[in-house]
Amino acid sequence: MSSEALVDSKIAGQGQTAPSSRSAAYEAYLRALRWRAWSINLWQIGLVAVFLVAWEVAPRAGWINPMLTSYPSAVARTFMASASDGTLLMHTWVTLSETIIGFAGGMFLGLLCAIALWWSDYLYRVLDPFIVVLNAIPKIALVPIFYIWLGDAASIYAMAIAVSVFVTVLMLFTGFKAIDPDKVKLARLFGASKRQILDKIVLPGSVPTIISALKVNVGLALVGVIVGEFQAAKAGLGYLITYGSQIFQMNLVMTAIVVLAMISTVLFAAIQAIEATVLRRHGVSR
Amino acid sequence: MLRNTPIPAVEIRDVTLNYFTPERETLALSNITLDVAKGEFIALVGSSGCGKSTLLTLVSGLMPPSRGSIKVDGLDVTAPSPSVGFMFQKDTLLDWRSIVDNVMLGAELLGLDRRRARLRAETLLTRYGLGEFMHSLPHQLSGGMRQRAALARTLCCEPDLLLLDEPFSALDYQTRLALSDEIAAILQAEGKTVILVTHDIGEAISMADRVIVMSRRPGRIKSEHQISFPSFGDKRPTPFEARKCPEFAQYFQTIWDELDLHEVH
Repeated sequence: MSSEALVDSKIAGQGQTAPSSRSAAYEAYLRALRWRAWSINLWQIGLVAVFLVAWEVAPRAGWINPMLTSYPSAVARTFMASASDGTLLMHTWVTLSETIIGFAGGMFLGLLCAIALWWSDYLYRVLDPFIVVLNAIPKIALVPIFYIWLGDAASIYAMAIAVSVFVTVLMLFTGFKAIDPDKVKLARLFGASKRQILDKIVLPGSVPTIISALKVNVGLALVGVIVGEFQAAKAGLGYLITYGSQIFQMNLVMTAIVVLAMISTVLFAAIQAIEATVLRRHGVSR
Repeated sequence: MLRNTPIPAVEIRDVTLNYFTPERETLALSNITLDVAKGEFIALVGSSGCGKSTLLTLVSGLMPPSRGSIKVDGLDVTAPSPSVGFMFQKDTLLDWRSIVDNVMLGAELLGLDRRRARLRAETLLTRYGLGEFMHSLPHQLSGGMRQRAALARTLCCEPDLLLLDEPFSALDYQTRLALSDEIAAILQAEGKTVILVTHDIGEAISMADRVIVMSRRPGRIKSEHQISFPSFGDKRPTPFEARKCPEFAQYFQTIWDELDLHEVH
């Protein structure tokens, strides 16, 4: 019996039904599903619109002080002006490149440390309390020290790495340890060396964990870069925010924040796209 | 019969294993002596925690015994060897590798000729009815198919001795019966020596030539039962047929009584 029966049930389970024979109730179900998706989008757009209108109207009506909040229309004008003379693009690029480099650095360093800790349990026992404490320290407190030690450029990267690296180490190490011990045993039964166990079992088995770490880190690296720029930079969106607030140019501050929101959305979407393709190829069933 | 062959496939002599945890020292196995002839299929049964899986791990070479010796094909076991295959309770297929790549894992880790291994993997998968799933990922297969792929992975390196650590217990009842029939037929056809660890008495009786009953911790050999089904004639019954023979019920009752399963502390 087994093989054919099992094959059939498996394929049937993947839901390939003939499209020709849809009942009216099923059509109605599909319509309801589509309407639900639409209405959720509608709500989202509506909320943004209500927010923008309230932001525009409230200062104009004198309910709040326009000096403090600026207006969407003024922000849009500043945005267009600084976008057309290239300064906004320059500042955005500075922040974006610092974020990507800091993010990659934090990820790489975190991966190396996690591998070292996985390799030697003794090392892990020795270092564990320090990693936990370092992870708990608010890294933002280190900004002035990094500035004094490393200067304006390097301190920004150092900040981005410091904010993300400890979480990365802890996340990846936990992921490595969660690999099914029978899979490790299987590799050892085939005479695998520790290096082979790492390459063939632990690292590929941790791809979903690595992707979760990427997701967390992209946000953290951006936090590190902006905080670093507050203290040290002569360019970048963090610099734009401090500069704008010092000369009380809320238009500039808001513009920088809008661009930041756009950057984080793009970065997050990029990671999500990577996640979708990698996990599908990786055999994770969803 | 086969037991008179000069060198047994497996020779376990006076094996004792202690293991240490910060809380206590545990005597897991005590003075185990056991021979397995070439081509013989033996089953180790015992209540959970009696050390039957531990004994299998010792035979595999992953861990040395505290005292005593273990020989496979006349040679002392010091490390895992490609001539010994192991199957787990779970299929332990790697989710990110296609079925054929999973089957080739052993060859890859051992640095064997890839082309030859691939050919053998494809032959085995086709033989076990998985030909069209060669390039599928494990999550696309049912539990029984996955366990057959795991068997192909074990047999791909052409081991002479197979260690099966409850390989059917994670499957549902019907799949388990069907698959044990298939696997028994495959192993019989290939003339492999097999040590099966199981807590399922019926599985042990229906598949093995000899059933070894182990006592509670410290694991000792309590009794041995040579299994035969005269009522079936000269041919060996398949596990499914064996379950219907009158001898099956007698063996079951004897072994059940010896296991003292009801006497839970």
